[in-house]
Amino acid sequence: MGWSLIRAYTMLVYLFMFLPVAVVVLLSFNASQFGSFPMTGFSFRWFVELAQNEAILRAFRTSILLGALTAVISTTLGVLASLALVRYNVPGRNMISTLLIAPILVPEVVLAVALLLFLNFLSINKSFFLLLMGHVIFTLPFVILVVQARLVGIRRDYEEAARSLGASPSQTFLQITLPLLAPAVFAGMLFAFTISFDDITGTLFWKPGGVETVPTQIFAMLRNSISPEINALGTVMIFLTVGLPLLGLAIARRMAMQRGG
Amino acid sequence: MSVEARERRQPWILLSPALTAVGLLLFVPLLFIVVYSFWLRTASGADQVGFYLDNWNEALTDPFYRDILLSTLRIAAITTFACALMGYPAAYFIARSRGNKALLLLLLMLPFWISYIIRTMSWINILGVSGVINWVLLNLGIVSEPVQMLYNEPTVILGLVHFLLPFMVLNVYVALEGIDVSLEDAACSLGSTRWQAFREVTLPLSLPGLAAGGLLCFVLSAGTYITPLVLGGPTDAMFANLVFEAIITQLNWPLGSALSLMLLAVLGTLVLIYNHYLGMGQLMKGLG
Repeated sequence: MGWSLIRAYTMLVYLFMFLPVAVVVLLSFNASQFGSFPMTGFSFRWFVELAQNEAILRAFRTSILLGALTAVISTTLGVLASLALVRYNVPGRNMISTLLIAPILVPEVVLAVALLLFLNFLSINKSFFLLLMGHVIFTLPFVILVVQARLVGIRRDYEEAARSLGASPSQTFLQITLPLLAPAVFAGMLFAFTISFDDITGTLFWKPGGVETVPTQIFAMLRNSISPEINALGTVMIFLTVGLPLLGLAIARRMAMQRGG
Repeated sequence: MSVEARERRQPWILLSPALTAVGLLLFVPLLFIVVYSFWLRTASGADQVGFYLDNWNEALTDPFYRDILLSTLRIAAITTFACALMGYPAAYFIARSRGNKALLLLLLMLPFWISYIIRTMSWINILGVSGVINWVLLNLGIVSEPVQMLYNEPTVILGLVHFLLPFMVLNVYVALEGIDVSLEDAACSLGSTRWQAFREVTLPLSLPGLAAGGLLCFVLSAGTYITPLVLGGPTDAMFANLVFEAIITQLNWPLGSALSLMLLAVLGTLVLIYNHYLGMGQLMKGLG
């Protein structure tokens, strides 16, 4: 009896998590000109309007560029650091790990203020560069955690075997280490991109006037009333941010299976 | 250079870009705002370099700041408690389920990936004047005019719980997965009831996970300023809103520095206490 009670309770928790999101998706197909119930019919008109909204398209371009650059920089730094921490016996390993994780232990508002004021002191004003540096620093800990978790599973024996069979260090790196690392690199980049794409807390501090990312654009649109266009934008975001990781997961599984078989 | 020396240097070469980034983009800026908080913003808008206690005096003694700090901590505490209350049974169900655990966990992690701002604003569709609940109430004739349910402290907490619940579930789940199920069976075979076995064996063993999830929920909710802006009313500002106001609206950067450092001190103390008793290991397990 206790168990079915827990199951019912869990179902309610799932409902709580998904209901509001489901309503966003549902309302984005509403034909009515108000972003609310009742549904007056099924329509794609809000997606069409979205695709013609220059401000939103600009925000998308900014977000994608920012996310991609963040992913590349953050993953490069993160993979190198993770390699050092997992593969070598570094003195003070725990201390270094904590230092590298520190950006998530500091509240993001505080990190945002500190970075903004310091770089401003160095005459680097609010700019795309500041935005990029900010996104790199708070995605880095997540990349390191994810990449480390993957790296622990890769044994060093393969590389040693390749060397003992006569491969040069660079051959070993390119043909053994890098392919083995690929899933970790891929996971790190995906994670960094998604976190950057979703960020608003730091972004509102760092973005220059007139530049909007998708979340800050939605935030600005909320200042008026909730229009069906926001729901449509929300639906697009949901499919992008949920679809991309799921696709990534599928690709990673595929890669793992090919290697296994 | 000898092979050993090169071997010793290699990890530091690999670590240096990341350590430089964290140093230059986090630690030096934090030190900088410590210094900056003692400067003074003059009426003309320029910064007066020096050692002035005015900002700290204002931040620490003005009851306005104290009250908002206290209400921020209260909101964070309620949010954390609600997350534990909702998250623990759900995590327990997933961990002990004989069904497809991976799928159940994936489903609960999906909202994690859905944009924070979208999830926050989605509650307007539910609770708003023209939202789902009002639509149902009006159609059933229970109310004759839409009820205003949004823009108060409970809706801020609701939004925060919706945002942070996956953090709690994941951390508790990781802890529960690490507990041998046969321990509970052993307790039962020694004469305890299922409930006793849970209370005296499983629950204490899972407390580190609960604490890790709790810390994340508390720190993340106490540092938010977006949720109160979207779901709160004019009087529901949290401490981070004051920081945002000081920095972005009033451009009083020295005062903003002092306020940020106050928030960092309060939440940092919590992290240090947690670290002292439980260590960062559990937290990293849940995040990784």
